[in-house]
Amino acid sequence: MLYRESGQFKTTYAADQQLFPIRQDRYAVLLLLAVAFVGIPLFASSYWLTALLIPFLVFALATLGLNILTGYAGQLSLGTAAFMAVGAVAAYNFQLRIPGMPILVSFILGGLTSALIGIAFGLPSLRIKGFYLAVATLAAQFFIPWLLVKVSWFSNNSASGVITAQPIEILGFAFDTPARKYLLVLTIVAVMALAAKNMVRSSIGRAWMAVRDMDVAAEVIGIRIMHTKLIAFAVSSFYCGVAGALYAFAYLGSVEPDGFNLDLSFRILFMVIIGGVGSILGSFLGAAFITLLPIFLDVLLTEGAAALNLNLPSGMTSMAQLVVFGALIIFFLIVEPHGLARLWQILKEKLRLWPFPH
Amino acid sequence: MKSWKQTVVTAVLAIAGVAAAMPAAAQQAGTQFIGITSYRVGPYGANGAAFFGGFIDYLSLVNERDGGVNGVKLSWEECETEYNNAKGVECYERLKTKSATGPTAIHPMSTGITYALIDKAPADKIPLITLGYGRTDATDGRVFPWVFPVQSNYWDAATGIIKFIGDKEGGDLKGKKIVLLYHDSAYGKEPHSVLEAEAKKLGFELRMIPVPHPGNEQQSQWLQIRQYQPNWVILWGWGVMNATALQTAQKVGFPREKMVGNWWAGSEIDTEVAGAAANGYYAASLNLAGKGYPVVKDIEDIVYKKGKGNGNPKQIGTVLWNRGVGAAMLTVEAVRKAQEKYGKKVLTGEQIRWGMENLDINAGRLKALGFNTMLPPIKLSCTDHGGSGLVRFQQWTGSEWKAVSDWISGDKQMVRTMIEESAAKYAAEKGIKPGCLGG
Repeated sequence: MLYRESGQFKTTYAADQQLFPIRQDRYAVLLLLAVAFVGIPLFASSYWLTALLIPFLVFALATLGLNILTGYAGQLSLGTAAFMAVGAVAAYNFQLRIPGMPILVSFILGGLTSALIGIAFGLPSLRIKGFYLAVATLAAQFFIPWLLVKVSWFSNNSASGVITAQPIEILGFAFDTPARKYLLVLTIVAVMALAAKNMVRSSIGRAWMAVRDMDVAAEVIGIRIMHTKLIAFAVSSFYCGVAGALYAFAYLGSVEPDGFNLDLSFRILFMVIIGGVGSILGSFLGAAFITLLPIFLDVLLTEGAAALNLNLPSGMTSMAQLVVFGALIIFFLIVEPHGLARLWQILKEKLRLWPFPH
Repeated sequence: MKSWKQTVVTAVLAIAGVAAAMPAAAQQAGTQFIGITSYRVGPYGANGAAFFGGFIDYLSLVNERDGGVNGVKLSWEECETEYNNAKGVECYERLKTKSATGPTAIHPMSTGITYALIDKAPADKIPLITLGYGRTDATDGRVFPWVFPVQSNYWDAATGIIKFIGDKEGGDLKGKKIVLLYHDSAYGKEPHSVLEAEAKKLGFELRMIPVPHPGNEQQSQWLQIRQYQPNWVILWGWGVMNATALQTAQKVGFPREKMVGNWWAGSEIDTEVAGAAANGYYAASLNLAGKGYPVVKDIEDIVYKKGKGNGNPKQIGTVLWNRGVGAAMLTVEAVRKAQEKYGKKVLTGEQIRWGMENLDINAGRLKALGFNTMLPPIKLSCTDHGGSGLVRFQQWTGSEWKAVSDWISGDKQMVRTMIEESAAKYAAEKGIKPGCLGG
């Protein structure tokens, strides 16, 4: 009823091939963007912006990057955090060493640096697959943070290898308040998500999926395997690199290379798996699930215990939160192994028939 | 199946809705609210539980015994960071909104979280107190007006340890060999520059050997040490690495009486795990262990007797628990100092910052507070947010930490020069104009 497409006739090829072919989807996305761009900055508190929404968007971007590589091109990677670190440190150095460098250009150059490193570490993917490739990308995960700590030039000779991001300023306008930082991050993430959505339905996206589904068959029909895989690594690392730069500049402010550890790579991989492998929407859902749910659970348990006047030993709520969160992950994976994006798809199909199912 | 799924989805949405709609709990009006970013789970949970147990016990004591600070009661709330930087930032943002006057002062108790908060604190006007960790050059209060790396910093520790070793070697280190065995992280790299400068100045040979995180396997490092045959080993570890170093040292036959740790490598948590391997091991300390102080007795008698103790009673008097008590005392004294100027009411972060900067706790005041010799006197100013820089050495006897030196000062002058250089570089990088903030 609410979600019926009957009556929406496509009379041109352009209409048939548009990004969101169903009118309701189109309106929903526009509404969402309007809320995100106008409503949230007006009403959200600084806690919501800095502690919840900015990290959510940054992780969504990193998840998107990994999803392109793992979900669309089928190459398992455990080096996401390392590529984020490259983006963050490269953007910091471009900003530091080239006077008058526009910050957005620094972000892009940070992403490009990360893309180059990504290609280098993607080379083994030409020979090895699956778990073996994951182990090869693990090398990036150990090598890059080590190198960033070892060579103190990267952190401008800081005693401890920590970099402190410069203030963000574009054309003389300072992005210094939480709302402004949020808007900047949102703009970058929205543009890059749109680009990704388009990319995966272009010829390169189809080539990725062909390689993912069966690389021999893809090669037989004339897809250049090396080219396709390396582009996947480059694009994925570019996304991760920009996410890393935003993580440093818009979220934490100062980062140490050790912060970009294997733990973070796994978190992002879990975001991909829980959100939905090979889905743009899934990247956002997965990032929301993993970054926001523990915080909500924590607030809920702490406030709940306080409201019920339970005098729980300190640390108990955190343990309970971990248990509940772990149980929820297992539950969702059992109910829907294809991730939250698939749940949304099922819901959409149901809504199409509602309230008159067959 | 369908209805079951719907129930679950509804439940999840309901939980999320409740959590989202939950307003920031209004703190009891008229109390000085203290936000505590603590950690009691995760790899360093045992260390955090001892420290924050002592911290909260002292706050309870102030409320129970004195009725608050000059009649202003304290209230507090903890937020679990798991020693994770991102979670630390989230906790900081959450605690910031819990009270109209902010969270008084934050003790991040993690170098990583401290770094992440250094840029945020000035904007939010919240003082950061980093007792024995964090950014060393923040000691220059003209560049870092909101950060207080009080008492001693890592460079004070490194030079203090060299001084201690020098005294043990009869005042001459020329030609001696010293190994720094360090945790391969930002924390472990912190003393490198100052130790290199000391080696050049005093003429000893220095070799630095990294141990990768978490440090539970050190066979190859200790083989290197055995080949090199150093006179002393400085242990710059954290968590499981410390106990492993002591046990491996025993295995390769390196005398523990020639090993000195810093203050994060010198708690009961490290030595009790290592067992007999730890006997004779020295550690630099920010505070003495033990229960022989009136303040500890008061906490036992007043707080724990009433069943309001926060920590595990077994931890009372341990190194980290005592450090927590001392850290809480600094916050409370900053509040008291600020009250002298701004009146006996609930104060804001800006006012607490002034109180902290003008803190002057001399030996008499320490005695009055019941700390006696547990801590050295501390006096801060705008240019010096650090304080004495004194460390005291303790030795593990097999059952307890025993003080074996007086409060020792390292090469204070060299440290100060390096701090000013480093702070000036930071100021240039960030476009900060150094200066004092005043009241």
